Amino acid sequence: MTRKKRRLVLLLVCGLGVGSAAALTLFAFSDNLVFFVTPSDLAKNNPGTRSVRLGGLVEQGTLVRSTAGDPTARFAVTDGTARVKVTYRGLLPDLFREGQGVVALGAMQPDGTFKASEVLAKHDENYMPKEVAEALKKSGQWNPASGAAPPPASTWNTPANNPTAKTGS
Amino acid sequence: MAVTMDAPSQAAPSRQGRSLHRFANPGRFLRLSKAVFPWLMACGWLITLVGLAWGFFYAPADWQQGDTSRIMYIHVPSAWLASAGYFSLAIASAVGLVWRHPLADVAAAEISPVGAGFTALCLATGSLWGKPTWGAWWVWDARLTSVLVLFFLYLGHIALVRAFDNPERGARAGAILALVGVVNLPIIKFSVDWWNTLHQPASIGLTGSPSIAASMLWPLLISVIGYTLVFAALVVARMRAAVMERRIRGLLMARATTDAATDQDAFA
Repeated sequence: MTRKKRRLVLLLVCGLGVGSAAALTLFAFSDNLVFFVTPSDLAKNNPGTRSVRLGGLVEQGTLVRSTAGDPTARFAVTDGTARVKVTYRGLLPDLFREGQGVVALGAMQPDGTFKASEVLAKHDENYMPKEVAEALKKSGQWNPASGAAPPPASTWNTPANNPTAKTGS
Repeated sequence: MAVTMDAPSQAAPSRQGRSLHRFANPGRFLRLSKAVFPWLMACGWLITLVGLAWGFFYAPADWQQGDTSRIMYIHVPSAWLASAGYFSLAIASAVGLVWRHPLADVAAAEISPVGAGFTALCLATGSLWGKPTWGAWWVWDARLTSVLVLFFLYLGHIALVRAFDNPERGARAGAILALVGVVNLPIIKFSVDWWNTLHQPASIGLTGSPSIAASMLWPLLISVIGYTLVFAALVVARMRAAVMERRIRGLLMARATTDAATDQDAFA
């Protein structure tokens, strides 16, 4: 075995070692690496009065805003199986709407609601022009407030969905 | 006296035919890179400007975020190049460590400052994008934290490579750091899939169709090509400077020793 070959083998063995060590560490800590817990997680193990981040979709038809005095918002956060009622006093981010993913920092109250001190909006990975969003909503193919994902982007560019596509190309 | 540093026969011993070491000759590298560099830089800037202008002024705005989403034409290419640059740093480190390729050591030392710059750009634009969309400049989720770790790995490599009096030892130590840090690359890529993060999953993948409108995807991909060429051009320029610097240092050292020798002769 030449010296180069020996160094290469040594490097590969070290890489394997470091890689598996990192994988095991990450696997062991995976519960602690999440940025937020879902409503189902909260239902399974109650954090008590400890402060947690709650993440999920703003359920359709549950948002009630009041602008008397400090702006307050009440809404339910759902992950499809469980739901948690959230109250928040303060300014909501611009992207906040029904059907949007949100992450709320706060704690559970004795009455079973979640009192948030901070609400962040979670943007999904879909980027679409305004015209496409309007066309999809109008044709009934997609309702953003329901929280469902829009149809795949490859179907957006049909003339029915994108009025500019015909003149653009 | 001055010719001795430039003799190509010196750097290319009997095993000249080995494919990897054909480019180990610094003289050949300087000649090749001199021809390639202006094209890389000019094409890189031109393509980047076309991509950015297309993205900023002609591509449609996102239906939710409005014009804020246009920062992606800066953020996404710099994020990709931050990771791709680290991958190239790891390759250069492995080649330097295993095959003792002298230019690979130079490349590794010069990739990390450029990569750190692109990572800083990615972090800064991401922060500027996060405030209006998420409502926070920074959150400690897995994606953001792993990219911050990438930035620190770059900074550590920059410092470590230059921390030794003997440049070869610095290159060795830096190469080991760079290769250990490769663990971070899959974490960055898959953090958004493995764990709950505030950062959204990838819109563009190797498998499956992208979840971004084609009218936004094209300027984005053009920007990525432009950024890649600019990254390569910056690295080549830094490598050229480093090789020339080593030569000048060698020449000065040679002159100093001959001067000292002649002085001694005169003294005797």
